[in-house]
Amino acid sequence: MVAISKIATGNGHGENSPYFDGWKAYETNPFHPTDRPDGVIQMGLAENQLCFSFVKKWVIEHPEASLCSAQGVNKFKETALFQDYHGMPEFRQAVAKFMGKVRGDRVKFDPERVVMSGGATGAHEMVAFCLADPGEAFLVPTPYYPGFDRDLRWRTGVELVPVVCESSNDFKITRNALETAYEKAKEADLRVKGLLITNPSNPLGTILDRETLKGIVKFINEKNIHLIGDEIYAATVFMEPEFVSISEIIEEVECNRDLIHIVYSLSKDMGFPGFRVGIVYSYNDSVVSCARKMSSFGLVSSQTQHLIASMLSDNDFVDSFIVESKKQLFKRHKYFTWSLSRVGIGSLKSNAGLFIWMDLRKLLKEKTLEAEMDLWRVIINEVKLNVSPGSSFHCNEPGWFRVCFANMDDHTMEVALLRIRTFMLKHNEAMVPQKLCRRSSLKLSLSRRRDGFMSPSIMSPHTPLPQSPLVRART
Amino acid sequence: MGLAEKTGKGTYGLQLQTIKSKSALTLWGRSVLFYFFQFYLFIFLSILNKIYSIIYTPLAGQIWIAINTNNQRKFSVFQQQTQSYHFGEERMGLLSRKATCNSHGQDSSYFLGWQEYEKNPYHPLDNPKGIIQMGLAENQLSFDLLESWLAKNPDAVGCKRDGQSIFRELALFQDYHGLPAFKQALVDFMAEIRGNKVTFDPNHIVLTAGATSANETLMFCLAEQRDAFLLPTPYYPGFDRDLKWRTGVEIVPIHCTSSNRFQITASAIEEAYRHAQKQNLRVKGILITNPSNPLGTTMTRAELDLLIDFITDKEIHLISDEIYSGTVFSSPDFVSIMQVLKDRNLEKTEVWDRVHVVYSLSKDLGLPGFRVGAIYSNDPTVVAAATKMSSFGLVSSQTQYLLSVMLSDKKFRNYYIAKNQKRLQKRHRKLVSGLEKAGIGCLESNAGLFCWVDMRHLLSSNTFEAEMELWERIVYDVKLNISPGSSCHCSEPGWFRVCFANMSEDTLKLAMQRLKSFVNSTTSSNSKGHQESKNLRQESHIGKWIFRLSFQSFHDREQDER
Repeated sequence: MVAISKIATGNGHGENSPYFDGWKAYETNPFHPTDRPDGVIQMGLAENQLCFSFVKKWVIEHPEASLCSAQGVNKFKETALFQDYHGMPEFRQAVAKFMGKVRGDRVKFDPERVVMSGGATGAHEMVAFCLADPGEAFLVPTPYYPGFDRDLRWRTGVELVPVVCESSNDFKITRNALETAYEKAKEADLRVKGLLITNPSNPLGTILDRETLKGIVKFINEKNIHLIGDEIYAATVFMEPEFVSISEIIEEVECNRDLIHIVYSLSKDMGFPGFRVGIVYSYNDSVVSCARKMSSFGLVSSQTQHLIASMLSDNDFVDSFIVESKKQLFKRHKYFTWSLSRVGIGSLKSNAGLFIWMDLRKLLKEKTLEAEMDLWRVIINEVKLNVSPGSSFHCNEPGWFRVCFANMDDHTMEVALLRIRTFMLKHNEAMVPQKLCRRSSLKLSLSRRRDGFMSPSIMSPHTPLPQSPLVRART
Repeated sequence: MGLAEKTGKGTYGLQLQTIKSKSALTLWGRSVLFYFFQFYLFIFLSILNKIYSIIYTPLAGQIWIAINTNNQRKFSVFQQQTQSYHFGEERMGLLSRKATCNSHGQDSSYFLGWQEYEKNPYHPLDNPKGIIQMGLAENQLSFDLLESWLAKNPDAVGCKRDGQSIFRELALFQDYHGLPAFKQALVDFMAEIRGNKVTFDPNHIVLTAGATSANETLMFCLAEQRDAFLLPTPYYPGFDRDLKWRTGVEIVPIHCTSSNRFQITASAIEEAYRHAQKQNLRVKGILITNPSNPLGTTMTRAELDLLIDFITDKEIHLISDEIYSGTVFSSPDFVSIMQVLKDRNLEKTEVWDRVHVVYSLSKDLGLPGFRVGAIYSNDPTVVAAATKMSSFGLVSSQTQYLLSVMLSDKKFRNYYIAKNQKRLQKRHRKLVSGLEKAGIGCLESNAGLFCWVDMRHLLSSNTFEAEMELWERIVYDVKLNISPGSSCHCSEPGWFRVCFANMSEDTLKLAMQRLKSFVNSTTSSNSKGHQESKNLRQESHIGKWIFRLSFQSFHDREQDER
């Protein structure tokens, strides 16, 4: 019997990680407010559902964009036949303009450099195919999005080398950590081809500050390796400090621009994952030309290009959408973190993304990944919440969980918070008898609790909230 | 690296500007070494006043040189044998080999003709002397049917269900299993096209972003790097990109010839298999297009039986690319590989699991822009792996929804299939009779959006060089962009693929007129032209050297890919 390929039979797609296991648990018993009130609530999905009424209104007001008015049908033939892998010129222009707007118009993007792909997933793989040969490596700061193992490694044969970041300094990317990872890769006889950063970070929900970014650009220039900036959460930065794109940094410091590539998508910022709009924006001409040819493997449907082009060329809509989206995220994030803090759960201080990085270190029986998995099983099976354990993000410190907050309505969130509250109360009660019979474990848990609370990174419930994102977005 | 490239290009462009040749010059440059080479070559040739244009295709490492000999142009191609030195470690080491090699195949003459077309496209009013695009296998004959359906069903395009907007639901839908309603509609459509003699299980279908992605995904699923797939020639030029480029899989051609209407024979398959083994390639399967692109013919049951026997014997896979199955406009009827398996009671056997079908709506429904491709496989492992891989190129949910509504309209579906086939048949007849009037024959065919046209009698010699020469005259003088057989890896010179469904009837008529007057003019002046070109070769040493070089490298190129 002839075998199928190693890629097909192997585990490289990474779908057997707990990150995806949780999804399966959710799928067998999904929460529904009336039909399945005891079902699992999906908090593992970084979806942005907070602004849909806003977008829907626009779609209804602009039927021609969906090709369904009398005027729209006239465009049907032209659109349906359009298969140029350069993409529709108006689509590229609209995307380039949108990318600029999301970055406060501090930088301009050239539509000629916009290459489309099948979502950010396709974009990442495409970049990996363009930049590296099998057996070569990219450095990736931890914790990182579990899908990267599939996107960058699976079919390309590229390796990922973790840059270990720790809670002690809020998971910052330090020069030291970069150098260590680089050396480690060299020791393993891997040729390092690049560094991949996610800014704003998934799963942390934090952004990289200007100094860190400058340090990163310096690092990659010194090593002469590529820098891939995954900025798919750029528009989700809902409060100060302001988002700084890699495209701004290269205007400020000396840099070989041939090394700089940005991955973008409309799945998070606009909340359109179903439309599969991914973008590679490279400052390197050869990469642009190669990626364009590769984009044939995952072009965006021309029907969707047409819709997106119309929508994103509407300046008023885009401006108010960006503001509205930030406002909604800010509100949800504030309420969510505040509610958690009231039951004694802290999280990494964050200002972006569709999730928080929740600190449950004090609930672990011991400081191991097994204990993290035990706790995760309790959360999914008993608390009935699908959250993602830090280990699935390659976090080397057990006890952190990514919890998404923008993929549900207010009611579902209340149910989720109620479940967490009930669980914490039960847990705190259970702690008492444990204290009596297992002293040693108590000590450990207490000390860890202290660590957790003393860490400056944990947002206190009383932290005065920074200024409203609305003010900033208008200036 | 990018910097060096840019400067090089600029400098060279400037040098050429100052020379001011009689004719237009187009070139793209990449390697400094080659600039010098080109530069000196250009000076020599322009002194001789023979040059027409130089086209350098950087990723291919090829130089195209058109030479002006009175009213005749010669087209020659150089293969840059030293490519790896220039693009390898030294300058492009920062990028991957895939980014710097040419296995995407987009610099072949198939694409070159497109470039020419884009510079000077025909338009009945604005540019009546422009090039007519006959290299594009697009189906534009039945758009009115789709449009009138849309006018009656505005909900489908407006993302509405029962008048309610489902925009939110669609925008968020990212399950790589696809919309169940769409998959059901798609398998029903596929069965309908096959006369409902076979049925398809929606759980065995994987949606991909076009057939391009479907074919690549299957390669990733079935083969390792340096494994090989056998493909009957002539085959679709895009396969070099789709199957080889990023996967590292090799293509080994099964040579088919005009002597038996390009049908697949047992000995041709055996020979290809042996050839692959000689090259130390492990053969993982055979890929066929049925109906064939570029032949426009459907495979006979005997051929399909032969293929099944072969893959059973060798324990390899069979991919049947059936993206033109809905275009079969006259008898014999289309026979899907699935039907053969069924008729031979091979369901649920080992062979059953090794047969995979590729489908798409780009040709049958004429919607290439929507990027709807699909893999149908009986092997659950392949389905599972391909589904996971489909994450790299899913079909937009907006498009899935529109098509699920359209294709589940059974009445419309059947009406469209029948009507579309009738129109294709009529158009096909027009092309065949137009060609006949110009004294040109073509392979008898019953499917597809093109004809496989026999222009062997118009070649100055039975070589691929002569084919390129003829092709170039058809593009530049007759102003028709058609695809030369060599771009489809045909082993016999003189065949061309001519598309007929991507233009209006008037445009087709004009194209046939142009072709007819061209044939008339060549047959009267043919012998003279021959003598002139022979004279040129003897006239100059340089000329001789060029022709010899180009001739050899052209064949090297063919062999490289064999």
